[in-house]
Amino acid sequence: MIYRESGQFITSYQADHRIFKLYQQRWAFYALLGFAFVIVPFIGNDYWFSAILIPFLVLSLAGLGLNLLTGYAGQISLGSAAFMAVGAFAAYNFQVRIEGSPLLVGFVFGGVAAAIVGVIFGLPSLRIKGFYLLVSTLAAQFFVTWVLTQFGWFSNYNASGVISAPSLLILGHDFSSPAGRYLLTLGVVTVLAFFARNIVRSELGRHWMAVRDMDTAAAVIGIPILKTKLLAFAISSFLLGIAGALWAFTYLGTVEPHGFDLSRSFQILFIIIIGGMGSILGNFLGAAFIVLLPILLSNLSANFLAGVVDPGQLENLQKIIFGALIIFFLIKEPNGLARLWQLFRERARIWPLRF
Amino acid sequence: MEFFLEVLTGGLLAGLMYSLVAIGFVLIYKASGVFNFAQGSMVLFSALTFVSLLERGVPFWVSFAVTLLTMIALAWAIERVVLRPLVNRPPITLFMATLGLSYIIEGVAQAMWGAQVHGLELGISDAPLEIGGMLLSQFDLFSAATAGILVLFLSLLFNKTRIGISLRAVADDQLAALAVGIKLQRIWMIVWAVAGFVGLVAGLLWGARLGVQFSLSLVVLKALPVLIIGGFTSIGGAIVGGLIIGASEKLAEVYLGPIIGGGIENWFPYVLALLFLLVRPAGIFGERAIERV
Repeated sequence: MIYRESGQFITSYQADHRIFKLYQQRWAFYALLGFAFVIVPFIGNDYWFSAILIPFLVLSLAGLGLNLLTGYAGQISLGSAAFMAVGAFAAYNFQVRIEGSPLLVGFVFGGVAAAIVGVIFGLPSLRIKGFYLLVSTLAAQFFVTWVLTQFGWFSNYNASGVISAPSLLILGHDFSSPAGRYLLTLGVVTVLAFFARNIVRSELGRHWMAVRDMDTAAAVIGIPILKTKLLAFAISSFLLGIAGALWAFTYLGTVEPHGFDLSRSFQILFIIIIGGMGSILGNFLGAAFIVLLPILLSNLSANFLAGVVDPGQLENLQKIIFGALIIFFLIKEPNGLARLWQLFRERARIWPLRF
Repeated sequence: MEFFLEVLTGGLLAGLMYSLVAIGFVLIYKASGVFNFAQGSMVLFSALTFVSLLERGVPFWVSFAVTLLTMIALAWAIERVVLRPLVNRPPITLFMATLGLSYIIEGVAQAMWGAQVHGLELGISDAPLEIGGMLLSQFDLFSAATAGILVLFLSLLFNKTRIGISLRAVADDQLAALAVGIKLQRIWMIVWAVAGFVGLVAGLLWGARLGVQFSLSLVVLKALPVLIIGGFTSIGGAIVGGLIIGASEKLAEVYLGPIIGGGIENWFPYVLALLFLLVRPAGIFGERAIERV
């Protein structure tokens, strides 16, 4: 009986449309947001901001983007990193070519550019399905990296093809300090997560799920497959593009096309497998897991296994653990960490009773 | 014209090397419906094991046998630990499990044998041989012959032996195969072991060509478009797809490369495969799926 829904009656349609229907959930969520926005910037140090919190937030957003496509609309993709790259380079070019353009508009432009590229590579999904679609997204992955390295225009003729973040100014406020970059990322991710949460419970979201479960059946009951699939690609790529721009601007500062290679796509796929497909919260849990596990492993081996495990082996060990975890999750909990959290909440509701 | 033919033949021969990797995929996909992303890691693992044994002074055939036994043990372990608990799950789940599997195999292979590049000498010279006015690499001819023998061996296995017939039954209809008393688990183990053997052969040839190193596991990315063009379920398709990819890739690199810039062989096969898919969504020899609601 940690919390109960008894006595909370829904008496209006508006109340029925709330994301968090119980006031306990609502207040917990507000408290979490307040903590992240107000308290964390004061208590966090630079290491926490730059090495843990910012990559966690950006990867959560990237996971969110892929989850809309794979978890909700059922179109498997191995090209997420390519769409991130498009977003990063488009936002960069927008900033460089147009003098004094606002930063946030640049992010949106990056997202829109990624969405257009996403729709182009999503077009084959109308005719081909399942594993055959992997080829289309892999084509995106290799083609985009090639274009971005091949043509110097995209990196403003930088000799090594690297782009550097412009100054992070919004309405005259400088967000270049680690805490500022954290706040900027957090703000963007919060808004987009809210956007995504609302899309998946709209008509479009239900269309996606129908297509995921069986697209022939969805077509038979009159769901427009063309529009649904292409919108899935567009919105997913939009989020991935903004994640890419954030990755380049607020996390790394400088980035090259090869920073968005196939292994990054795998990383994002692992986030949604571990976090939970078809869940918004799962992306955050999965991203936290992916960011924290390597840090935890290297700390563990530095403190307890110093001299036993040679540092070169650490990377191999990490690979083995990741692979084993993927298989473990797929076998034991196909709905990922999000499902574990849900089970925990249901337990907490009836505690101390078991059933 | 002479030059064109030479590029074309070189491409065709190189394409057979892709087919070798693709055949491993087809075997597993046919028998269990699993899209095995770990095939590339299996190629890497077998080649690394073989080379490391060779470097420690083990004779050629003994190391070959030991590696083969390792691959069979690996197939057994995969069937037990990964496939059996995932029975009846959607294909996408199985695909992701093989993704995890590829991470494990790569990690283990590198942890055991190190990440440095090993040279592999199979005793076949790479010197060009002149046939009909064209210069062809002896090594390419050798690997083409190996691919041919392998396909012959596999088709004998599939058509003439008891195991092969049950393999085909499972590929055709798993439920019906179960009903007539075929042990599904055993079939899966056998098919993964055979795929491991194909991976070993591919690993030796690719390893002799590129050196045995981590990038060997990336040949899986070359084999994907081959599979798409040939269809997931046809060994003949894998060969034809390999030939098409190999030839067009080389021709594109030579004729198209100077126009739009080099390094296009990374994505060209994919775009080609996409174009093929738009015309034939199940590949050239793939089975057209009939969907019922």
